[in-house]
Formats: sequence, structure tokens, C-alpha cells
Amino acid sequence: MMKRNRLKFTIISILVGLLVGAFILLAVGFNPLEAYTIMIRGIFGKPKYISWTIIRSTPLILTGISVAFAFRTGLFNIGAEGQFIIGALVATLVGYFWNLPPVIHAIVAILMACLAAAIWAGLAGFLKAKFGVNEVITTIMLNWIALYLSNAIVFWDKFKRPNSEASQKILETASIRLPKGINFLGDFFRAPVNWGFIIAILVAILIRHILKNTTLGYQLRAVGFNSDAAEYGGIDVKKNIVISMAIAGALSGLAGAVHVLGVTEEVSVLAAMEGNGFDGIAVSLIAANSSIGCIFAGLLFGGLKYGGYKIQPAMGAPSEIISIVIGIIVFFISMPKLIEMLTTLRARRKRGGEIESK
Amino acid sequence: MSKMKKILALLMIAILAFTVVGCSGGDKADDTKKPAEQKEGEENKATDEQLKITMVTDVGGVNDQSFNQSAWEGLQKADKDLGTKSDYQESHQDADFVPNLETALDAENDLIWGIGFKLANAVYSAAEENSDTKYAIVDFSYEGDEKNFPDGTPDNVVGVVFKQEQPSFLVGYIAAMMSETGKVGFVGGMESEVISAFDYGYQAGVAYANKVADKDVKVLRQYAEAFGDSAKGKAIASSMYQQGADIVFHAAGGTGDGVIEAAKEQDKYAIGVDRDQNDLAPDNVITSAMKRVDVGVYNVIKDLKEGKFPGGTTVVYGLEEGAVDIAPTSDKHVPKEILDKVEELKKLIIDGEIKVPVDEDSYEEYLKTLE
Amino acid sequence: MKNVDFQTKVIEMKGITKKFGDFVANDSIDLTVHKGEIHALLGENGAGKTTLMNVLYGLYLPTEGNISINGERIEIKNPNIAIEKGIGMVHQHFMLIDKFTVVENIILGMETTIKKGSFDTKCIDIESATREVEELSKKYGLHVDSNAKIHDISVGMQQRVEILKALYRGADILILDEPTAVLTPQEVEELIQIMGSLTEQGKTIIIITHKLKEIKQAADYCTIIRRGKRIDTVKVNDVTEEDLAEMMVGRQVSFAVDKKEMNRGEVVLDIDNIVVKDNRKLNAVKGLSLQLHKGEILGIAGVDGNGQSEFLEGLTGLRPIESGKIILNGENIANTTPRNIMEKGMCNIPEDRQKRGLILDFSIAENMILENYDKEPFSKSGRLNHENIEEHAKKLIEKFDVRPRNEKQAAGSLSGGNQQKVIISREITNDPDVLIAAQPTRGLDVGAIEFVHKYLVEQRDNEKAVLLVSFELDEILNLSDRIAVIYNGKIVDILDRKDADEKKLGYLMAGGGVDDEKKQA
Repeated sequence: MMKRNRLKFTIISILVGLLVGAFILLAVGFNPLEAYTIMIRGIFGKPKYISWTIIRSTPLILTGISVAFAFRTGLFNIGAEGQFIIGALVATLVGYFWNLPPVIHAIVAILMACLAAAIWAGLAGFLKAKFGVNEVITTIMLNWIALYLSNAIVFWDKFKRPNSEASQKILETASIRLPKGINFLGDFFRAPVNWGFIIAILVAILIRHILKNTTLGYQLRAVGFNSDAAEYGGIDVKKNIVISMAIAGALSGLAGAVHVLGVTEEVSVLAAMEGNGFDGIAVSLIAANSSIGCIFAGLLFGGLKYGGYKIQPAMGAPSEIISIVIGIIVFFISMPKLIEMLTTLRARRKRGGEIESK
Repeated sequence: MSKMKKILALLMIAILAFTVVGCSGGDKADDTKKPAEQKEGEENKATDEQLKITMVTDVGGVNDQSFNQSAWEGLQKADKDLGTKSDYQESHQDADFVPNLETALDAENDLIWGIGFKLANAVYSAAEENSDTKYAIVDFSYEGDEKNFPDGTPDNVVGVVFKQEQPSFLVGYIAAMMSETGKVGFVGGMESEVISAFDYGYQAGVAYANKVADKDVKVLRQYAEAFGDSAKGKAIASSMYQQGADIVFHAAGGTGDGVIEAAKEQDKYAIGVDRDQNDLAPDNVITSAMKRVDVGVYNVIKDLKEGKFPGGTTVVYGLEEGAVDIAPTSDKHVPKEILDKVEELKKLIIDGEIKVPVDEDSYEEYLKTLE
Repeated sequence: MKNVDFQTKVIEMKGITKKFGDFVANDSIDLTVHKGEIHALLGENGAGKTTLMNVLYGLYLPTEGNISINGERIEIKNPNIAIEKGIGMVHQHFMLIDKFTVVENIILGMETTIKKGSFDTKCIDIESATREVEELSKKYGLHVDSNAKIHDISVGMQQRVEILKALYRGADILILDEPTAVLTPQEVEELIQIMGSLTEQGKTIIIITHKLKEIKQAADYCTIIRRGKRIDTVKVNDVTEEDLAEMMVGRQVSFAVDKKEMNRGEVVLDIDNIVVKDNRKLNAVKGLSLQLHKGEILGIAGVDGNGQSEFLEGLTGLRPIESGKIILNGENIANTTPRNIMEKGMCNIPEDRQKRGLILDFSIAENMILENYDKEPFSKSGRLNHENIEEHAKKLIEKFDVRPRNEKQAAGSLSGGNQQKVIISREITNDPDVLIAAQPTRGLDVGAIEFVHKYLVEQRDNEKAVLLVSFELDEILNLSDRIAVIYNGKIVDILDRKDADEKKLGYLMAGGGVDDEKKQA
């Protein structure tokens, strides 16, 4: 019952978002139907668009799961962005400096990235457990530290690619891209299709399994729902806070690693945050903190981000308008809760109305 | 169990949607090839057809008050004067470059611009893969980097670079001549070939002024390591003003907005970059080292229209082509005698009498020639 | 006796139905209250009495039905309308600002200002407000010190401030929601007197309660609500407590606790001079000593705020012990983990079941393994065995009659009594040597109380030790074999049950014994 309602509200809010976006397009003189057609075509029009959407979505799915996981255990992980950066950085370092056989190299790079990001986020968890420092604040701080740390390391002359604002490319052995030249499903494999999406799906299932079927998951959920009762039940709350943050960090780090090993193959100097982690917060909201839900929410979000911006060149609408429309759609789909509240309020009003009519 | 079923159903739908569209998409992909092949024969002929042109911005976006905006102005001018049809695609992160270039390719553009050297790799591989589509890149030359670009500039690509050291030299001269404190500043965005040309050109200008006017003006230099952090630009400029500098030149994109803000607040002078930035602080921006990306972009489009697309080369724009200069509003603050001298300097540079340095090594050499 | 004016119906609620989704909280309830009467609303927890009063106070809109105040049919859309019509409500949880004085709290939101000083600055007219408050206080015998700060006065006083607040806003009809839950026996007596003097002066009072004794003492009429339906309205003098209980629960209820002769054994828990600090780092437990024997129920009587919570948290390992020892089965367990204490044989029915006892978002089944989730058969090498967990829950649900009989139901959706059953079933299954029961029946209805008491006595009869901490004197007296009185962080006296009565305990609880000693010294 609850689940179905939830899905219903999510779909309604997506439609409302599109509707409000349509009004804005209309108000500035663009045909919303045309715009949305371009967007849909931009996502599904060619197999390679689909593969791009998936590629774009993969890191969002993983950071979404990261935020959702922390949330399920009562922590608000604003730091997915920084953990993503650390994961990407470490994956690139390992991918460039270490010489390992194919497959093993990629796996080692991923594991090291996860480990580094887990320690990074675990630090915030430790500060919360030990000194009661709010994890929202520490993770925000750590985001900036991660950003500048990454930039500093990219500028290291042994690592920086000359004449660029980026690091050296990872070695071929560390790549998780599918080999080039696969020809089926049209031009699906023209994009840098990689194992990332499969990894993300497996991780979503794994996280769901951990939360649902293991004692670790039981502890984490207990601490998340009611740390007082968990403490009373003999669960070590502090330890679980650190574990939870570390796992969330590892997930965001994985997102960064997959992004590097599968798509960019390098890290570049960042002038600002790229938003892969922040978008994860929205993805997790849309998915109502369900890890499986994050797959679909991430695809939706990635699709909007990939297909949505195609409206601009095709219609000549100013990019600000497109950003506003996408922002509004995201705003509404992130808030099925809000829609839910509005609907119940309406129902209550209606009941009030019945009294009046009597 | 029912939950499992629901997920399965959703997956099935996803797979169905995916494969159906996949098949139809495949057909389309084949169709699009044909017109492209036909076009090949018409290479490098003047055309009366309406040309379709697009540009992919770097992460600064199209309203960056800097070179992305300038490039877009060039495209719009071409639309007006040459009857082309232009649009742009913004990149929000580095990973957007490749898909944005693909989208541009799918829209069957006659020319695709990559704005900024950050797009160098993406443009290069796109051009290699689609040899029948024309590309151009601003601020990057594929020559001389055989490790990364073994083929040099591909035949379907034009590199457009600017001699940013030339206007930097001129504003360096102006700054040194106008400084009352004997100290001037330079704020760079991030260390790179392009920015170091600004940096050393500026220093050379100051050194030249020191020589000819027998001054001893020092240059304070700092890099912000960011192109979009105006707060940081403001902090750096403020500290330079406190150290006694009275004029600060920036080559730092959005970070430079903070430099100009600091000048405004502390009532000091600043020198703008890329375009005439006097409008940002009319009383404080005395001049700007203009790099007319719009001119460069426009010229390449004009060549294409006339069938003279300079594919496979890197076009260098300098004072001679009118693509770099100091700002036209300079006469508001800079005394006429200095401006007259600047005009002379321009000639000397164009004639090759003055070889403006672009990096540390050439700067050292230049200093030797002054002695 | 009282001057109830049967001609004037101040409140007439007719056919009030309130639905929340599919759930019917109030099913066509009629309620008539006359001027000057004390009308009790009696019902089990979740019966719908608070919902009905929230409808009257404008917090909910009724799904059906209508309300007349003083013969005038009105729609109470929000509390402002209710206040305007002279209705005042004193909630179970007080809404007072700690750092403000009594007067400041009372006038909050309706301050009158005067111009004062040489600059004619607008100031709150505290003086005339104080005068007014003092007049009101005197008129109804409330005896409130109008300039005291809220955090300096007792809970009973705070309640009177709430009543004054309502009167100051011109209330003629007062709704008191569970007013005695937080009071000492003496304070209850005083409240009943205050209610009497209020009605004598023409005010009308509705009290929500499930305490039969107080109804008998204070109320004129009583409306009984069961499962959202009105069962009856009776004149209190015409019925006995047993009658009321039967109408409330729907079956016969026995008050007497069936107890075998005590079979007191050796000492199982020896608490020696422990000191525990509260959240403000002040000593809340100041050298408390106590011995608990096998086969006894030791009751700890005391007024809330005398260190009970800190004592219990220290005892169960949730709060550090500053000094002293706690010897359980010959081993010092002070400052060890909750898990260790549990495994050494001491379990706890926590004071606050929703905060400490249950994870409301977890299912019943998940809650039932809170302390044993990592042991076989519930899990093996880190993997939960859902089948065994559910099997276990089904058994306990059956045995302890938890309703609804669905182990997958979230604990948060259960009534208070059923939540308590889940906790008790879990703790008793651990088969502890010492069972701590903190406020085990707080907020529960008669039926559930009976159940809880039965299991506590059963533990004792099985020669286990039970430590009962309760603010309900009746409960302490009914169950305990010995009674310790806690006052100001110390046990001031331990009485055998046969030597204890309400008066004596009340005296000790209020610090009587200690003060006497001081005087003598």
C-alpha cells in the first residue's frame, strides 16, 4: 500500500514538475511540447544517447546510494561530493602510477579509491561519534578540503599532463571501458560504455541485502531510526556511526573511481564542485532512500541532465531558462513528500467543506 | 514477492523501451551518413547555403564575461553579417565535453567550435573519428605535442590562438608608466601556457618601461588556482593593494571579477582582460588587454563561407590582425602621451622589433636584450 | 454540594465523528456538559477521548457532527475561535517558557503596553498584569507566586500556571488533559480542591483521565468512551470504581493483585553508594545504596525529578557512574556496557518506551530481537535469519497477546499497551535474574496495567528479583514487598509493605524525613 502510494506520488510530482516547467517555457515564448520532445529524443533518439544517459547517470546512482545509505542510518552525508573527488583522485593515481595486469589493475584502483574515500568520510563519522560534531558541517568542510587537495595533487609535476589543466591519463590496464569496436545495438557502443552501470546495479542490490539481511544492517538501521533504543539494546552506537559514514564514503568514492576509469580517464583541476555528489542528494530524495530506487532515480536525473540541456541549442532558448526548467523539475520530483502533504491537506479541506454544506 | 515482481516488470519495460528505440535508432544512424558523404566532394568551395555552426563552451558557460561570451558574440556577428545559423552548448563539468560534441555532431553542423584549451582532447578525438565534419578550437595548438597528438592538427580542424603576450606587454607598459607607488600586481587564474603568456608579456612591458623611462617598478605576482573564484581574486588583489601596489592586472576569468571589485572598494586601479572590462568599474579599470576571440572566431567562419577553411593549421592572431589590442576606453584614464607611445610600441611589435616573451625562458632572454 | 446548573448546557456535542483515513477515532459521540460541573472523560488509551477534546478545542475539524457552545451552534475551525468562546485547554505537556516568570508566561501573546519614562517608550505593563494575575490566583485558591521563574517552581505549580493562563484568557470551560499524571499524591489532592473552587465560581471543567479513583473523588459526571464510541454517561455517585472499569474495558477487571507469600532469597543486586551526574554535570544521584533479593519486588517510590532517571541509566550502563559499586551476581558491573549488563542477567523495561524501549520504525519482530539479533537462531555469521525471527515473534505475540497479531506491523503503529507488551515479552524471554521495571504502566489503561502487573508478579514468584520504579503510589503499594523512597538522589527510607501506607510514603517522598532530621540537627 505505502509503496504504491509512494510511487504514485513520485510520478505525479514528475508530471507536476514538467507542467510547471512547461509554463515557464511558455511564458518566455518557447513551445514546451517541442522542448520536451527534443529532450525525450535527446535521451532515446539514438542508442548512443541511451548509452550516454546511462554513463551520465552511473555516478549519480552511486552517490545517490551513498547519501541514501547514510540517511537510512540517520546521518546526512553532504560530503558525497568530496568523497567522489577523493575516489576519482585515488583511482587516477593508482591507474597511472601502478603497473598491474588488466582487470586486476582496475579492481585494485577501485578498491583503493573506495578505501580512501571511506577513510575520508569515516573521519567525519569519527568526529561525530567522538566529539559530537555535526556531520553536516564536517562533510561540507571536507568537500572543500578534497577539492583543493585534488587540485594540489594534479598540479604535482610528475602527475600533471603538460599543457593541460588535467592529470595524466590512466593506463589502459586500469580502464573499465568495454573494448572499442563492438557493433551491435546501432551506435550504442560509440559512447565510452563501461562496466560502471553494472557495478552500480550490483552495488544497489548488495546495499539492499546488507541493510535487510545482515546483522550489520540491522544495527545500522536501529541506530538510524532510534539511537537511544539501539544504545539501550546494547548496540555500539558510536562504532556504527563511523562504519556507516565509511560505507557511505566508499560508495561515493566508487562513483568517482567508476567515473574516472570508465569515462574521463583523468582528473582535471576543478574550479568549482562538479555536483556529482550534490546531485546524489536529490537522487536519494527521489528514491526515498531506497538503494534500488536510486537506480531509477539516477537514470531519471542523468536523463534530465543529459537530454535537458539539448533543448538549448535546438531551440535557441537561453541556457538559464533551461537550467531553471530542469531545476524546477528536479525540485518537484525531489519532493514527493511535499506533494503528499498537499494532497492530504486538500483531502482535509474537503472534509471541512462537507461540514459547511450540511 | 510482489515487490520483486514489480521490479522485474519495471526492468522488462526498461529493456523493451531500450531495444525498440535501439533498433530504430540504428536505422537512423545509417541514414545520416549519406548526406555527409555527399558533402565531402564540396570541400573548400564557397557556398551560398546557410551554414550551421555551433560552439561548445567550457565550464565557464556562455555568460562568463570572458572568452566564452566573446566567442558567442563572434558567432552572432557571423549570423548577422554572413547569414549563418549559430547556437551553443554549455558544459557543466569536464565530462560534458565529449557528449556535447557528439550532440553537436548529430545536429549536422557545418562547423563545431570548442572554446578553450580544456576541450583540446575532446575536440581532437571527435575530429579523428568524424573526418567529414569540421572543427575549430580556441586557445589551443595541436602542433609540437607528438605524444598526445601524433598527427598534429587534423585536416578537419583549425586551431585558433592569440598572441595574448602582445596586449599584455602594452598594458604592462601602461601600468609601469602610471604607477605612483612603484609596485604593480598580476593575478593569474591557473598556471598554463596561455596564462603564462599574459604573465610574462606583462612583466616584459613593465621591464621595458623601467628601461626607457628609467623607473624601478616591481611586479607582485600570484596565481589564484581558480578561474571562477571571485572571492579569492578579491582577497589576492586586496593584499596586493595593501602591499603597496596601485595597479593590478588580472588574467583570471571570473576570479578577476573579484580583482576589479577590490580595486573599486579600495579606490585603486585595475586592468581588465579578454574584453573591455571598463564597464565593470568605470572609474577603476584603466585599460584592458583585449583578446578578441570574437574576431578570431568570426574570421574562421568567414573563411569557411568563402571556401578557404584553413583546415590542418593553427591560425595565430595578433596585433596585426586586430585580434588583440588594448581597450578603446583607455583614453579615459591613460594620459595621451602614454597612449601615443603605446601606438609606437604596437608598430614595433608588429614589425618584429620587439619580440614579446611568452614564458620564463623567453622572458630571461628578453631581459638580456634590454641591457 | 456543588451548584451545578442543569438548565444551562454549556457544551453540546452531537454526533461527532472523526476519521483519519480509514480509521474512525470518534464514532458519532454525543457529549453534554452543564454549567458548573466537573465532567470526566474516561477511556482506555487510544479510545478517542483526546481526539474528541481536540475537536472541541479546534485542533481537528470533525468529519461529521456539530458543536454548540452556550446554546449557540458554532464551527470551531481553530483554537482561536475556541478561546474566544471561553474554552481553555491545559495539555499534558506544559507549554511554558522556562526562563520567564509566571506573569510573563501568562500574558505571553496578549501583553498590554503602556508608555513609560521620559521618552514615552512602549513598555509591557507588567505591574497591572501582575495585579490581575494575583487577583485571579487568589480568587480560585491557586496560590501561585507570580514573580517566580518557571524553572524554579514545581510541576504542580507549573500546572496551575497553565490553568491561570487559560483563566486569564477568559476561559469559562477548562479542558484538563490527564492532569494528574505528573503530580505527587499531595499535589493531586490540591488539584482536586482547586477544581472544586473553580466550579463553585461558575467555571466548568472537563478532565480527561483513566484514573478511576480521581474520577470518584472529583467528578460529578463521567462519560465513558470505548474504541471511539460513547458507552454511557453516568452520575459518578451512582457507580463504583469496578463499574467504571468494566464499562471502560468492556469486561470485568480485578484490581487486587494476586500474590503468593514472598519467598525471599539471597542478595542478587547490591548497589553501594553510587553517584551519577545529570546532563548538566550536577550530581543527581548522591550516594545511593540498595540491596535487592531474589524473589522480591522492591518498589522505589518518589516524585519525578529526584534522580530516578539518572539512577536507572547508571544502573543499566547508559550513563557513567562517578563513584560506587554495583554488584550483580557477585560481579561489579558499574560502568560496563549495556550489553554486558544484560548478559550478566539484568534486564530493563525502560522508563520511556518510545525513546529507549522500541525502535518505532522497526517491525514487532525486529524489535523483539533488539538485544539478541546477533545470536543464533536469529542470525548466523552476520546474516539474519528472517524465518526464525518471525517464528520467534509469532510465538511471543501469541503468548503475550500482542495486538494486532502481525509480526510485520511497525511498532510505532501499536497502542501504548501493546508496545509495552512487546518490550516485556522481549525482556522476560531473556530470563533475567533482575528485572528493572521503570514506570511500567505509565500511560497504560486498566487492561494493560493488569497484564503488566501479572507478569511482574510472575517473575517474583519464579524467584527472580524485580526492581519497580514508579510515580504511581497505588502501583508501588499494590505490587511491592518492600518500598524504598527516593528523595533528592538518595534512598531516604526502606519500609516493609505492611508498615507502609500512602500518607507515610507521601510524607517521605516530599522530603519529610530528611527535613525532620535537619530540624533535629
